[in-house]
Amino acid sequence: MADVTLRKVVKRYDDVEAVRGIDLDIADHEFVVLVGPSGCGKSTTLRMIAGLEDISDGDIMIGGDVVNDVPPKDRDIAMVFQNYALYPHMTVAENMSFGLRLKHYPKAEIKSRVAEAARMLDITELVDRKPKQLSGGQRQRVAMGRAIVRNPKVFLFDEPLSNLDAKLRVQMRIEIKKVHQKVRTTTVYVTHDQVEAMTLADRVVVMNHGRIEQIGTPNELYHHPATRFVASFIGSPAMNFLPCRLEDTAGQLSVRLTDRIAFPLPPQRAARYQAVPRTDKLLLGIRPEHVTESKPHVEPGVEPFDAVLDVTEPMGMETLVYSTLEGTQICGRVNPNAGARDGGPLRMAVDLNNMHLLNEVTGAVL
Amino acid sequence: MSTLAIDKSGPTRNVKYGSMSRDRTWALRWSYFFLTLFAIFSLVPPLYMLITSLKGSAEISAATNPWWIYHPTLENYVQLLTSNQFLRFFWNSAWVSIIVVTITMLISVPAAFALARMKFWGSATLATGVFLTYLIPDTLLFIPLFKMFATIGDWTGIQLINRWYVLLFIYPTLTVPFCTWIMIGYFASIPKELDEAAIIDGASWFQTLTRIFIPVALPGLIAATIFAFTVSWAQFLYPLVFTTSTDQLVLPVGIITTLIKGDVFNWGQIMTGALLGAAPPLIIYAFLMDYYIAGLTAGATKG
Repeated sequence: MADVTLRKVVKRYDDVEAVRGIDLDIADHEFVVLVGPSGCGKSTTLRMIAGLEDISDGDIMIGGDVVNDVPPKDRDIAMVFQNYALYPHMTVAENMSFGLRLKHYPKAEIKSRVAEAARMLDITELVDRKPKQLSGGQRQRVAMGRAIVRNPKVFLFDEPLSNLDAKLRVQMRIEIKKVHQKVRTTTVYVTHDQVEAMTLADRVVVMNHGRIEQIGTPNELYHHPATRFVASFIGSPAMNFLPCRLEDTAGQLSVRLTDRIAFPLPPQRAARYQAVPRTDKLLLGIRPEHVTESKPHVEPGVEPFDAVLDVTEPMGMETLVYSTLEGTQICGRVNPNAGARDGGPLRMAVDLNNMHLLNEVTGAVL
Repeated sequence: MSTLAIDKSGPTRNVKYGSMSRDRTWALRWSYFFLTLFAIFSLVPPLYMLITSLKGSAEISAATNPWWIYHPTLENYVQLLTSNQFLRFFWNSAWVSIIVVTITMLISVPAAFALARMKFWGSATLATGVFLTYLIPDTLLFIPLFKMFATIGDWTGIQLINRWYVLLFIYPTLTVPFCTWIMIGYFASIPKELDEAAIIDGASWFQTLTRIFIPVALPGLIAATIFAFTVSWAQFLYPLVFTTSTDQLVLPVGIITTLIKGDVFNWGQIMTGALLGAAPPLIIYAFLMDYYIAGLTAGATKG
């Protein structure tokens, strides 16, 4: 078990910078998820920690030791791959024990470790099978078992659930979390799925274009995104962004969306945005759950507006509604009994107590 | 349980795939037509050999129906299999082929692994270069090679010409490039994560090769082995040029040099010898055919 530290790590391929100077401190026992769209450098970062890619600049430390030039086998790490990467000619038990056998562990210990990992992953009855006789979920368990038996300093997961179907993915997600709760090994996990990131991580690292956009707990990222990228990437359906600017009307600060629509800001928000120049091009960021049907009693900071629904998506416990507000699509989540129907009108309300204000040019959240 | 009777047979309907199935039928008819044509074409010579090998020399030269045996005899087989000379050729061929196959595999498997996996400077060019060497025909090479071995003999006093083991140096120039090429294709088709997993598990490059790549690529390995064996076994030009004494000859050359005396062709024994000579590759193919095909196709798509 160990902490992992990245200091200004850079990866260059010929003339392309895939990773552009990353600083990251991962504490012992921590579960950190690197998340971002494809090509953001998350996998490259993981492979650099594993030692499968050389680093072009900076330092990587595992357990306090700089491992820049240490080969993968001496870094004491274990990795789980997207396509499982099980050795097809070996049985499950042989797959899991391969690393230990290479290191000449005593037979009895190998046996007990494999048995224990198999029990933990509920694959005890599969140990004599070959990988091709297993289902996708079982293969992924074996791949995890191969990592667990090694008892390494760090687990590295490279999109391990991407090849599984949606239902199995949810199940394996819980499985991974359970395993981590038991073995408490420091884990770095790469995924492009923000739900996976949110559900698994102690801390999430959002990456984009080879840089870290924000590091934080899932709740921090969700409620206090630092940039437009994080705000739009985390959360499903994604946050709405409406072009707007600030305006003083009758001594009160309000956010003007169009000539016809302006919402007065609640006092605590008004205080926060007081210093923002009124001429700046801004974006009003609002999550779909804060765009709901209008309630009979008026709450402070909740502003009603009339919408015509383009599309409704009944999800059972709620209905997603899409309408167009002066050329911009806005998504809301309403009660299934609110009377939302395709093409129909609906009195809706936006909860400005949970709004975000972003600079449209820089993308920074104000 | 409900008492509703559920019809599990589903709706009945005549399934017709229309033009799809008609196309397929015609495609199959044409395939069978051409396959039969080629089968006849390639099976007639061996059949003729078999028929002739079972005839006495009088019957072979007689003007009777050449496709029918009137007086079957095993005399040709008995004569060849009891002749020390013929058995000598057979042994020479066997030794040369087995050793060449071993040398080829020992060189081409590690070479292919290095070229397919250890990305080093110039590895791609080298891989293409390996293939290009295979394209140079032996008819171009035998004179320079002969000159080379003659010069080596002059300088060092090590006489290699007219020794059967000179073939051990020459045959690999044919087998190594092709086998390396097949193995590169096969190794390249193994997912990269597999060797990465092995490396993280603590395997060295050599262990990755021996414990992961060779077992996984076994069909390709067997295909390459069969190829190397066939090439060595059937090689004619090089042994004809480099070996002359009868005790140094391999089977194909031995048959024509000893069984054709001037303008006298001992057809019965020539056919028998050729047939016996074709037996070992045939037996190997029969047993390992599935591996051979699997290996070749993998090499074909990924090469």
